[in-house]
Amino acid sequence: MADRVALFVTCLGDTLFPQVGQATVAVLERLGVTVDFPREQTCCGQMHVNAGYAREGLALAGRFVNVFDGYDVVVTPSGSCAAHVRTHYPELLGDLTRGVPERVVELSELLSREGYEDVGASWHGRVTYHPTCHSLRLLGLGDAPTRLLRTVAGLELVELPDADVCCGFGGTFAVKNADVSSAMLADKIAAVEASGADAVCACDSSCLMHIGGGLEKRGSRVRAVHLAEILASVP
Amino acid sequence: MSRDSGRSAVAVPFPEAARAALENEQLRSNIRRATSSIRARRGEVVAEVSDWEELREAGRALKDAALQDLDGVLLWLEASVTRAGGVVHWARDGAEANAIVVDLVRAAGASEVVKVKSLATDEIQLNDALERAGLSAIETDLAELICQLAGERPSHLLVPAIHKNRTEIRDLFRESFGQPDLSDDPFELAEAARLHLRAAFLRARVAISGANFAVAETGTICVVESEGNGRMCTTLPETLITVMGIEKAIREWRDLEVFLQLLPRSATGERMNPYTSLWTGVVPGDGPSAFHLVLLDNGRSRVLADEKGRPALRCIRCSACLNICPVYRQTGGHAYHTVYAGPIGAILQPQLSGETGQPGSLPFASSLCGACYDVCPVKIDIPSILVHERVNAVAAQRQGLEGVLLRRLARLFLDRERYERAQRLGRALQRPAVRGGRLRWFAGPLKGWGASRTLPALPEQTFREWWETRDRGA
Repeated sequence: MADRVALFVTCLGDTLFPQVGQATVAVLERLGVTVDFPREQTCCGQMHVNAGYAREGLALAGRFVNVFDGYDVVVTPSGSCAAHVRTHYPELLGDLTRGVPERVVELSELLSREGYEDVGASWHGRVTYHPTCHSLRLLGLGDAPTRLLRTVAGLELVELPDADVCCGFGGTFAVKNADVSSAMLADKIAAVEASGADAVCACDSSCLMHIGGGLEKRGSRVRAVHLAEILASVP
Repeated sequence: MSRDSGRSAVAVPFPEAARAALENEQLRSNIRRATSSIRARRGEVVAEVSDWEELREAGRALKDAALQDLDGVLLWLEASVTRAGGVVHWARDGAEANAIVVDLVRAAGASEVVKVKSLATDEIQLNDALERAGLSAIETDLAELICQLAGERPSHLLVPAIHKNRTEIRDLFRESFGQPDLSDDPFELAEAARLHLRAAFLRARVAISGANFAVAETGTICVVESEGNGRMCTTLPETLITVMGIEKAIREWRDLEVFLQLLPRSATGERMNPYTSLWTGVVPGDGPSAFHLVLLDNGRSRVLADEKGRPALRCIRCSACLNICPVYRQTGGHAYHTVYAGPIGAILQPQLSGETGQPGSLPFASSLCGACYDVCPVKIDIPSILVHERVNAVAAQRQGLEGVLLRRLARLFLDRERYERAQRLGRALQRPAVRGGRLRWFAGPLKGWGASRTLPALPEQTFREWWETRDRGA
């Protein structure tokens, strides 16, 4: 693996879920990787582009490229943000990408690319995996996350019914179409509970914020955890 | 209730219409059951085609080739149809097309027409126009007939009465056909409809159809169906009128080979549909003696001119995107207030209505999950076109509080020091609303979030603050 990587922690991870960024750093450092955190980083602009604010999204894309230009590998614990940078930046920026988008990888993608299956993690309990839409369909993560989960000591991976159906988050969709989003979430929560898991895991803090928030609102005993948090935990 | 199939400028916004649909448990359970079974069938019959991805690519390429040269292809089609004894009419919009059809029906001396299921004629509200002219239209597709008898709009491109279950249909038929003893046995229901329709077929002098495909090379029109009612319409009456959107034209006869594989598998989950009717002009002594083809633009030229939106015109109306869509599955089609519901409707309707209508709420009626793109047999990147339409919507309409918030947020993200100050400010401001690490109440746009979800409070330390302390410690 590259000896040195830059961490793109995402605006949401930085502001609301610092434990996910910390877990990402812990996993990488355990594998002997030096992690840089370019402090100028803020947001990749995904929400602005997807909500129709193209000018703002373009400015943020340009800024992202400036901040991360010069790093061979930029790792992020978000399938959705990685997908935005990799698939949408070339359309947005044309010739101005400076090769940055293709160097951005999601955490499980990086680990799998470098041949890691067992990162020495340990977790007690039954976990089900929700493949977030953008990590599944735009990024094509495939079974990289579940292959990692299967090697975690003490972890029993259980199947999620209708796993590939959207949880209903969709960025501003969750607010603009709150009722439909809530109905989609109700289906996802029913599936999570039917799986028999005591934790639902994913590669995106945004979707986990949605699913976890719904689970808690209903008083469910199932909790939402990010893949990085599971991989970072040690006996 | 009138059959309000078009979308007016004052249509109910999607979130509001969806709320009403979400409260209708019967509707949701009908739609859920029906879409699940079609989805499963589609999955099976697509999986058994080893070159499905190559077929999709071929479908995309053939449609794009026709669209790229559509003016030439349409003239080619006109020449071929004319040579085969048909008459071609050109209609700029729905009003022109309706006027042409009304004149043709009157000229044929008919007061009633039988109709093959057709989205194009729903789009231009042809039935209403015929009614205003004192002419009546009988829908002969079973599900369209159910909608017509119930005075309801279709709620699915292909299965228009998907929102109704058998019991509801039995009650409707009991009343409409005066058969109070009718059971909800599918055979009995179909038989009742068959007897009702058979009489209409036998007296009809004019039939109206849409088109799935129109082959420019030969002038052949193709209609794909399951019930055989379409075949009755295209063979029995003396006059046949086909109304088709101009994007239905394909170049060559051999192109059908690709589409007739893609369509039934994507649409009904069948390897082959029961009836494929193909006709070329008129043949003396066999079938209709007069054939008219009405080529409908109605906004399509404008869509064609928009490079980013153009792929929407590839659509072959299979409705796989509706069946897979997690939003459609919750709300059904009526919430979209358009003939073309679901993901494809959410991009087609704003594009077709163009400058005269408002982009409205439909481009936002999606979580951008991308499942629609995966199943589309002609590879329409629906999520990207939704985003394109959102950009148009944001440019055309004031976005109120959302616009203010998102633009301010962008300014914070563009200036790291302001962003960090805002993180600290947010942490201070949230204090009265926090209990046990969670936000207790939600204001403004977050209200909808709080109805079904909790939200963690901003933590004591952001990631970057942790990183700074860690750096100092090291």
